[in-house]
Amino acid sequence: MKNQIELLMGNEAIGQGLIEAGCQVAAAYPGTPSTEILQAVIDRQEQAVEPLHIEWSVNEKIAFEVALAASYTGKRSVAVMKQVGLNVAADPFMRTAYIGIKGGMLTIVADDPGPHSSQNEQDTRLFCLQARVPVLDPSSPAEAKAMIQPAFELSEKYETNIVLRPTTRICHSRQNVSLEKPIELKRQADFEPNPTRWAATPAFLPQLHRNLNRHLEEIALEPAWQPRLLSGNESQPRTAFIASGIAYSNLVDLLEELGLDHTIDLYQVLMPYPLNPDFCKLMQKKYDRVLILEETYPVIELQLAHPGAVGKQTGGVPREGELTPDVIHQALADFLQLAPPAEKPAARRGQRPSLCPGCSHRTAFYTIKKCFPKGIFPSDIGCYTLGMNLGAVHTVHCMGACISQGAGFYQAYQQDDGQFPTIVVTIGDSTFFHAGIPALINAVIQQTRMIVVILDNATAAMTGGQPVPHMGVAAGNKPTKAIAIEPLVKASGVEFLETCNPYDHERFEALLKQADSYIRSPEGGVAVLIARHGCIMDPATRKAQKSFTVTIQDNCIGCEKCTSAFECPALSMDRTRNIAVVDQDRCIGCGTCIPVCPVAAIIKEEKS
Amino acid sequence: MKQQIIVSGIGGQGVLFLTRVIAQVAVNTGIPVLTSETHGMAQRGGTVLSTIKVGNFASPLVRTGQADLGLLLWEANLPVHQSLLKADGKLLLNAENTGEGIRIDAAKIARDLGNAVLLNLVLLGLAVQKQVLFCGIEDCETAIKQLAPARFVEQNLAAFHKGLDSNK
Ligand code: SF4
Ligand code: SF4
Repeated sequence: MKNQIELLMGNEAIGQGLIEAGCQVAAAYPGTPSTEILQAVIDRQEQAVEPLHIEWSVNEKIAFEVALAASYTGKRSVAVMKQVGLNVAADPFMRTAYIGIKGGMLTIVADDPGPHSSQNEQDTRLFCLQARVPVLDPSSPAEAKAMIQPAFELSEKYETNIVLRPTTRICHSRQNVSLEKPIELKRQADFEPNPTRWAATPAFLPQLHRNLNRHLEEIALEPAWQPRLLSGNESQPRTAFIASGIAYSNLVDLLEELGLDHTIDLYQVLMPYPLNPDFCKLMQKKYDRVLILEETYPVIELQLAHPGAVGKQTGGVPREGELTPDVIHQALADFLQLAPPAEKPAARRGQRPSLCPGCSHRTAFYTIKKCFPKGIFPSDIGCYTLGMNLGAVHTVHCMGACISQGAGFYQAYQQDDGQFPTIVVTIGDSTFFHAGIPALINAVIQQTRMIVVILDNATAAMTGGQPVPHMGVAAGNKPTKAIAIEPLVKASGVEFLETCNPYDHERFEALLKQADSYIRSPEGGVAVLIARHGCIMDPATRKAQKSFTVTIQDNCIGCEKCTSAFECPALSMDRTRNIAVVDQDRCIGCGTCIPVCPVAAIIKEEKS
Repeated sequence: MKQQIIVSGIGGQGVLFLTRVIAQVAVNTGIPVLTSETHGMAQRGGTVLSTIKVGNFASPLVRTGQADLGLLLWEANLPVHQSLLKADGKLLLNAENTGEGIRIDAAKIARDLGNAVLLNLVLLGLAVQKQVLFCGIEDCETAIKQLAPARFVEQNLAAFHKGLDSNK
């Protein structure tokens, strides 16, 4: 029977590959561009022929450790995260390189060159070089999937964790991919205690470190993972290209478009670390000039140490951003002294993203900014980063940082003369569970005076609605114990705690003012407000709330408060009439813009 | 057969669905296909771009001046993405007013059908009518039936046919 062909997104192809390879424990924390990988495992779990535990872990460190111990029992496991998630999981990840694993273990880390949806464009391949962990760099969704089964085998052969590093352009590409039948491994959990390994004290580490280095030398020589050569025709002797990941694919198409395919030797690097030293020697011997294309940092280039290399270190290839076909075209033209690409029209920026029409975060931010025009507003990672458009987000750093940053602001201000601006921290529910709780405990014991607003929309909205611990559902909508936010906040020592629906401007404003008096009172400390309203992208939220026909009357004075200070994307200015108008295609009829208008020009009517 | 297509719009307009329908047609016809999509923050109402490469390609990305066809769901994206089109590339837009390219007020047609999001399939219908896509009517209908949620299939097909029969 011919294999079934399906149109799969890179992340779905990877998820499918994990099931086909007999992975039995899959743990992840959502983050663009990695999120759909675990979602695909959830959606396709019926295909698995053996038991499969799937979890959205509370953070990446936890996901990694869960997968790690599962591997100790001899089963295949995976931890999935985005590139900055690996920073969170760095601690167990680094030690695993020394200690090793038992059943095959993959860590799938999705990088985001550009970046499109991240706080930096760090390169997991360089992280792996530092951690001394082998890393694979697929160039298409189909290749990413094809790498999974052999990667598990490599992992088991050397009892080492292997990283698969797709990038955004692999994760969010779709391709025709062929499906295979999942394999059956028939493994029973069987953990063999071996304290010299699983609990290795410093005394055992020099030996483990020696093993690690020996394994890396052997892995570098593994035949299946050697650079692949597409031979040229000697028309450009002693010249070669080396490329990996999507940059390789972009180069292949570009060479064909320019009529240069099969003219110059082209090597695709599948495993950028550890790079085979014999390959490096061969390159030095055979070629005088080598163009190296890789995202995002010069990992191959560093190891190659070729005197005729042109790449990120030499400046022949841009050091920042994606290697798009256009960027590669320019680098190629410089390298081969071709006619330069046609002058590109200056890039125009498109529409900026904003919080959805009817999003409850908008009303929360609007009210915060209104109450404390001179406040300091640390915020965090999620949809609510877009509170920036309302002037109510001043800092965005990394998961959970807003609470500790708020505390740092407070300490720095209050030590001058005891005066401090109102600091209002905003953090999403998922982010709060991920890394906010230790920061909240710290803020309380350091006697910080600030307001923390937990924006609770009952989901990890930015990444498409993964379950959060207080919802009582786990991956795949399985019921589980719900862990409420309120008792956690109280147990952290917070004495001012209120909950409110931010759609209710008046009440939310009153609570913010109460919280401000509390933090300034003698017994004051951290005040927490939970702003609770379902994510508007969740159909259940939309169904549960009333929807009105909202229009703008002629008494509008064109003050633009609703379009700029409140910035609902369903509202815009009609420049010819100088009044605001509602785009009925985008308006969800929530009515939250009504109190914003100073002249009551926005009105709502029952839907007919 | 080789074709490079761009689909441009803003988050929430159905760019992703239209991209999938076109790619699914390729899969159903046995032609290799690669797409690239915008996910994450930009989906919150920001400018989004999909690229589709049908035929033997290695990468889903489209270089400046290489797209054979541009489907624009959001007219204001024209200055942002037009440079991706070939000099003789075809351009179809959802737009209220007159101007460059083949235009249709797809949003209005879709609204009359009951949902503005359907404008994506109205534009697809127009593309098939103008024979600027690699595929035909039945190919698209099959893909729409495969991908649309069961209770929306009829509405989706209706939108597609409105596009097919429009502007004649
Ligand atoms: S009612 Fe107002 S705030 Fe709500 S979506 Fe419509 S325009 Fe936006
Ligand atoms: S509707 Fe009200 S808030 Fe909006 S521009 Fe007109 S007067 Fe200003």
